Amino acid sequence: MSGVSLGLPAVPPRAPEGVGFLRGTEKFPAAARHELANAQLRRNIGKATHTIRAKRLHVTGELPDWEDLRDAGAAIKTDVMSRLPELLEQLEAAVVARGGTVHWAADANEANAIVTDLVRATGSDEVIKVKSMATQEIELNEHLEANGIHAYETDLAELIVQLGHDKPSHILVPAIHRNRSEIREIFLREMADVDPDLDDNPKHLAAAARKFLRHKFMTVPVAISGANFGVAETGTLGVVESEGNGRMCLTMPQTLITVMGIEKVIPTYRDLEVFLQLLPRSSTGERMNPYTSMWTGVTPGDGPQDFHLVLLDNGRTAALADGVGRQALNCIRCSACLNVCPVYERTGGHAYGSTYPGPIGAVLTPQLAGMDGKDDPNSTLPFASSLCGACYDACPVKIDIPSLLVELRHQKVQKSGFGAEAAAMKAASVAMSSAKLFTLAQKAAGLGRVVAGKKGKISKLPPPLSGWTDARDIPAPPAQTFRQWWDSTEGRAAIAAARKDGDR
Amino acid sequence: MRIAMFATCLGDTMFPDAPRATALLLTRLGHEVVFPPGQTCCGQMHVNTGYQPDALPLVENYAENFGDGSIDAIVAPSGSCVGSVRHQHEIVADRYGTPALCGRVETVKAKTYELSELLVDVLGVTDVGANFPHRVTYHPTCHSLRMLGVGDKPLQLLRAVRDIDLVELPAADACCGFGGTFAIKNAETSTAMLADKIRNVADTGAEFCCASDSSCLMHIGGGMSRLQMGTRTIHLAEILAATESMEVTA
Ligand code: SF4
Repeated sequence: MSGVSLGLPAVPPRAPEGVGFLRGTEKFPAAARHELANAQLRRNIGKATHTIRAKRLHVTGELPDWEDLRDAGAAIKTDVMSRLPELLEQLEAAVVARGGTVHWAADANEANAIVTDLVRATGSDEVIKVKSMATQEIELNEHLEANGIHAYETDLAELIVQLGHDKPSHILVPAIHRNRSEIREIFLREMADVDPDLDDNPKHLAAAARKFLRHKFMTVPVAISGANFGVAETGTLGVVESEGNGRMCLTMPQTLITVMGIEKVIPTYRDLEVFLQLLPRSSTGERMNPYTSMWTGVTPGDGPQDFHLVLLDNGRTAALADGVGRQALNCIRCSACLNVCPVYERTGGHAYGSTYPGPIGAVLTPQLAGMDGKDDPNSTLPFASSLCGACYDACPVKIDIPSLLVELRHQKVQKSGFGAEAAAMKAASVAMSSAKLFTLAQKAAGLGRVVAGKKGKISKLPPPLSGWTDARDIPAPPAQTFRQWWDSTEGRAAIAAARKDGDR
Repeated sequence: MRIAMFATCLGDTMFPDAPRATALLLTRLGHEVVFPPGQTCCGQMHVNTGYQPDALPLVENYAENFGDGSIDAIVAPSGSCVGSVRHQHEIVADRYGTPALCGRVETVKAKTYELSELLVDVLGVTDVGANFPHRVTYHPTCHSLRMLGVGDKPLQLLRAVRDIDLVELPAADACCGFGGTFAIKNAETSTAMLADKIRNVADTGAEFCCASDSSCLMHIGGGMSRLQMGTRTIHLAEILAATESMEVTA
């Protein structure tokens, strides 16, 4: 690379610090420790992810062209990222032509301010919400609350999280970490007019929520949604859901405000055929989601009469600027990668400290919000994976998450290094760059036999290696390395015997 | 065939039984096994931990030592090291190497195989004439399974072994929690994953837990040793190399 500045900023702005939900307060290993200690949480998450996993495998297995669909999804998304500005302008023009208004928000602060002003202009101090990751990412509810506007989540799981004064722990099943007796307690505590004899039968719990929400649908004049897709060609926005509560929000109120991450744009209406197959099968393991709602601008006399689309950047162009990392923007938020991830399965979503947990969160969060500070919790996310590859296998748009994790680790180390670890890696690199030095290092490793002593194993090492020996032994190094054996009389004899054995 | 052995740094230093068994097995099958003595390590640890520039000398060393045109195939008794050669050497060479290195990396990578791939796909054998009268369960390591896509080739080979009592491992494709420095950086999460793996191994009642990656075996074996379980770990190559005349002594 040349050192000449071309006048462009090296990296476009990241999501601002201190606002929104893209950075936890603890580094991943520490946050994971708390969650690992919670046996109930592990049971709840383990059970839920295993159930969804099996369902997903069943319904993806029954499509003969599943792999082709994944390729198509990946190709469309890659195309979108390569011409994002052009598609967004096309989307804007189409929305405006159909009577909508488009707003551009560079970050969480701008988006929160735009939405707050729009709600204020309606005169309402209440809004109903369709489940949306984008508004969670910018902590819109909290911002509205601070401005005297109360937001009601209408997705059942999201409502449980909201009433529980809790944070979501899964993209799709935000209350995955809660079981039904916990949910009953939350409802009894937080919902006005709830039947005090409410039991933990899921049907009864759902009925209580329905009664609570029905009143809001009928009276609140403003709704806020996210969008799963925005079609550049037609200006159509789309939300897929399971409960129909979203559809109530999208049709009943007078004013509808949609906050959409700029990466959600797709070129044509026809592209929906790919994603409407990929998304439900990957996320809930259903052939089709029960409700798919689409709306285009404003239709006089039908549905909301005032429609606003807020296009949210919040670090997305920064991710786009990274030729390797930009793949993470292809994500359609199906959560399949979470459900198959062995790390997520043990730690749950809170350990990731972000709206986006699990494998995709581990790559997307640091890209959106940065991971440059020395003690930034986000900088531990790319290391929160054993690189087992289950996420890549499951991803409907074939995002190579393991490779992205490795790339982000590279970027992190390039930027700030890791002191003692960097020195050890350098030493290992030197020792292993030639066989001569490597053989010397092997001799030194042989000293491990002294450490191991008569037990023939090593059970205690100083930090950081104690992380290994707290739960695992290391065998004593063998008396003879492979290359010593290969060069020995014994080795040559053994090979000769094997040759003879084969000739027989 | 002239087959070059890549013993891998861990196999050479800590678990020589696996490369030894690989060499004996391939020799018994009638192939000429050579050991390029300049070899060291594939550099996977460096790449996976974020130290790509430090992996460059190792990538160069691999390409140099296995670049000999007389070699028909390169075999390593380690799925993850083969995965590194196949998927990571190129990244490192593209970033930090010369165009000449990139070319060599391409050539060498195309000839590098994991043991079960070499046997089934290249040499066309599933029955290697082994004999192993023990109860065995097989753990398909993540990198063999997903990065290389070896599928059920190791199982095809194991099924053909005489007198083996092969028992299925519950949740076989779940990661054991090793992940290189992950086991140290996220020790508690890694241990939670390992605990589930070991419980599943114990449930099979197997004498041996078999895999084709010494690093995963080191992890699982290290955990089982701590719990003083009777089950031992064994590399796939060791079972395949065992014949009636050469019982394994592990
Ligand atoms: S990364 Fe892939 S699997 Fe994970 S949520 Fe996004 S689309 Fe789904």
